[in-house]
Amino acid sequence: MSEKMTIKFTVNGIQEKKEAAVGQTLLKFIRDELHLTGTKEGCEIGECGACIVLLDDRPVNSCLILAVELDGKNLVTIEGLSQNGEMDRLQQAFIDHAAFQCGYCTPGMIMSARALIDRKPEPTDEDINEALSGNLCRCGAYQEIREAVKDASKK
Amino acid sequence: MADLKYVGTSVTRKDAVEKVTGQAKFIEDLYIGPMLYAKMKKSSVAHGKIINIDTSKAEAHPGVKAILTGKDYKNRIGLYLIDRSIIAVDKVRFYGEPVAVVAADSEKAAAEAVELIEVEYEELPAVFDPREGMKPDAPLVHEDLENYDIVPIFYPKPGTNIANHFKLRKGDIDKGFEEADHVIEREYYVPQMQHVPIETHKAAAHWSPDGKLTVWSTAQSPNVVRQLLAKCFEMPMHKIRVISNFIGGGFGCKAGASIEGLVVPLAMKFPGYVVRIVFSREEDMQGTFTRQALFSKLKTGIRKDGRITALQYEMIWDGGAYTEYGVNIVRAAGYSSSGAYDIPNVKTDSYCVYTNNSIGGPVRGFGMCEMQWGIERQIEAIAEELGMDPLEVRLINGMKKGSTTAAGQVVHDVDFEKCLKTVTDKIGWGKKEGKFRGKGIAGLVKCPAQPSNAASSAIIRINEDGTAHVLVGGSEMGQGMLTAMSQIAAEGLHIPTDRIEIRVPDTDFTPYDWQSVGSRVTYTSGRAVKQAAEDALGQIYRVASDLLEVPAEELTFDGKHVYSTKDPEVKATIREVADSCKKCTGEGIAGPIIGRGSFVPTNMTNLDPETGQGNPGLFYCFGATAVEVEVDPETGVIKILQLAASIDAGKAVNPQLCTVQLHGGTIMGLSTALFEEVRFDKGVMLNNNFTDYKIASIDNTPHIDSFIIETPESGGPYGARGIGEQPMIGVAPAIANAVCDALGVEFNTFPLTPERVWEAIKKKQAKG
Repeated sequence: MSEKMTIKFTVNGIQEKKEAAVGQTLLKFIRDELHLTGTKEGCEIGECGACIVLLDDRPVNSCLILAVELDGKNLVTIEGLSQNGEMDRLQQAFIDHAAFQCGYCTPGMIMSARALIDRKPEPTDEDINEALSGNLCRCGAYQEIREAVKDASKK
Repeated sequence: MADLKYVGTSVTRKDAVEKVTGQAKFIEDLYIGPMLYAKMKKSSVAHGKIINIDTSKAEAHPGVKAILTGKDYKNRIGLYLIDRSIIAVDKVRFYGEPVAVVAADSEKAAAEAVELIEVEYEELPAVFDPREGMKPDAPLVHEDLENYDIVPIFYPKPGTNIANHFKLRKGDIDKGFEEADHVIEREYYVPQMQHVPIETHKAAAHWSPDGKLTVWSTAQSPNVVRQLLAKCFEMPMHKIRVISNFIGGGFGCKAGASIEGLVVPLAMKFPGYVVRIVFSREEDMQGTFTRQALFSKLKTGIRKDGRITALQYEMIWDGGAYTEYGVNIVRAAGYSSSGAYDIPNVKTDSYCVYTNNSIGGPVRGFGMCEMQWGIERQIEAIAEELGMDPLEVRLINGMKKGSTTAAGQVVHDVDFEKCLKTVTDKIGWGKKEGKFRGKGIAGLVKCPAQPSNAASSAIIRINEDGTAHVLVGGSEMGQGMLTAMSQIAAEGLHIPTDRIEIRVPDTDFTPYDWQSVGSRVTYTSGRAVKQAAEDALGQIYRVASDLLEVPAEELTFDGKHVYSTKDPEVKATIREVADSCKKCTGEGIAGPIIGRGSFVPTNMTNLDPETGQGNPGLFYCFGATAVEVEVDPETGVIKILQLAASIDAGKAVNPQLCTVQLHGGTIMGLSTALFEEVRFDKGVMLNNNFTDYKIASIDNTPHIDSFIIETPESGGPYGARGIGEQPMIGVAPAIANAVCDALGVEFNTFPLTPERVWEAIKKKQAKG
């Protein structure tokens, strides 16, 4: 068995204490140990952005971070964006603009956009292009994504 | 057409909330039961005899449960030409081909065990260029070609690497060239590309001791997976259940059967376990379908007035190591070989050639991007030769109502001219805006490439409260099928879309649909759903008629109540009709309402083996792309200033989703035009990741002006036709044509990378 470490962290507002295998990526930990499967794997090497989550409010590719680095930190995944049955305004804007097709890149895309709006409440097209350039969408919903992010940032 | 209430409205996607909240379940998100993890041992040579496979060290590795090799998979698999081994038997034909598969209790153990398998090969002479591969003395990739089962509309040449030679002879080619004032000859090349859906291929299998096999797959076509597994593993279809959950993008690579077979024998060894395989990005790029590369030669005869009198088209396709599916791409490109133009005399030879490159197969467009690249570039050369406006050449030769395709099929319901003019008007066609700026256009057309008996069916169940379940066999890979089908059902049933449930396919419960490919589902499944809805509505009226004691013809249904048109007070709620089915005396009237619909094309035929003439198209979808570019002469970088795309949807079932689809296809086309090319070195893919294989991202995607044209399709449900693939086809030639307009340089291939553009500029400068 691989070596394990106890880590304490907050996930989607809830404090947790868990064992994490040394060497396990945060992505695998989120999916396999926390059973939060909204976070997706697309490349495992930080190229596609499907696995982006917020770690202490910063968007990170969870496939490039070790689970043990979660210790003492605050993790937000796509599941944490809707609270008490209320969707985040970005989620609603993605629906209103049909800013996705297959939906596989969507959780990562929304988390990147959330971090952008938190940092810059009224982003320009250039800001959006820069912030989301690490999130690949093969269905090509980019035009709708730009519109959705702008729409959500106005509210 | 009567006013439509649901079809033609932009209702919210059925899967919208699930997808934005992370709740949509893709197959890797399912926890089904105790799991074993499978990994492949892949070939390290492109063509070689397998001398020995030593699995002893791997078997001893902790956590390993089983290792299988080709001898455990005795039958081949394939859609049209049954040429593919699930695991290589005796020899390998491409780099990365599976030679063994390991099941272990963790992914890590499986991956470690794979490294411990030792395979000894005797390398064989290989072919990597189909032009070489089709020569009589080329090394054979498949020695047994003559013994393979094949659908008898394909024409392999045993003893060679030619897996299909499609011939087309329309009119009189010699006469066509005699009538011409000019003859133009060009050669073109289109490289391999990869679909790279963000979700890679995945499959899982479970075997229960009663002989039931359940397969979860990222398949675009669960029914075809069932059909091919049934044949390969010699099982009856009712003992195979295939489930396709939401799919994270398909674009053709998940059509047919792909990797499902790998895990089936492993699952049979471990009843009760779910054996799952997840392809890594590298495995997905090297080991699943690529777009077939195309080497083509066009010779065109034209009159002074711009009319094309003759077209001779030779296409040599790199089918890769297996062409079980690819043979049909070669056929489709052949029977469509005059593109969107009515050319009276056509001679086409389209060859599918085995090589030792990765497996060729379907990609969005199914040969049309590659074939129409040549057509649309050739038209540019024609315009140049004649000194005519390229738009004018397209309008003169473009198909109209009553025109014939290369296969001689008469097209109806066409307004190609409107498609062209809409986009050229948008970008200000004819006005030169600056020294390094240029404008370009391309037309496009595609029909679904499907067997003439490819069917669809639908079942609609009316629940006790008057809500409905629509069951169809199509897959949801993002195209919006679930939403469109719910709208078509709502229209026919008069029950609003928010009272209709529709889910992803499961072959044990959802009715047959051939495949979600070829932009066919809106039409074919739409026809079946419409029929099922009408059937259910008829039953609603019959039950209500009995209940209310009013003739059925007098009744109408507004979604909530069925009432008499003569006396609206005589009415019953849909709940009463659907649930009680009883008179006030307690006597029953009818059981639950179940609507059924099934569809098979009746307007398609086989093609003459010598002339390729016949009716291969279920429907034809036209469109056009126009762009304005500015090229930096110092760096060769192309900047897209304007990008306009039109598509004739017949009737947009959901205009918003139709527009997203049009944008998405245009962006994929843009991505292939500017960035994408799979690079092989002796069969080894050199760029099997997103850093080396760049695709369009948000920061290099321009604004697109999109236009949905609606020329109703007479056979389509409410006039609709499919548009999923088409928007991609015109983008690369339109951009190349615009760059040529800007700089006066020619391109016979793409992507138009800065390096390639810069070289073309330098070459032109050197010539002076």
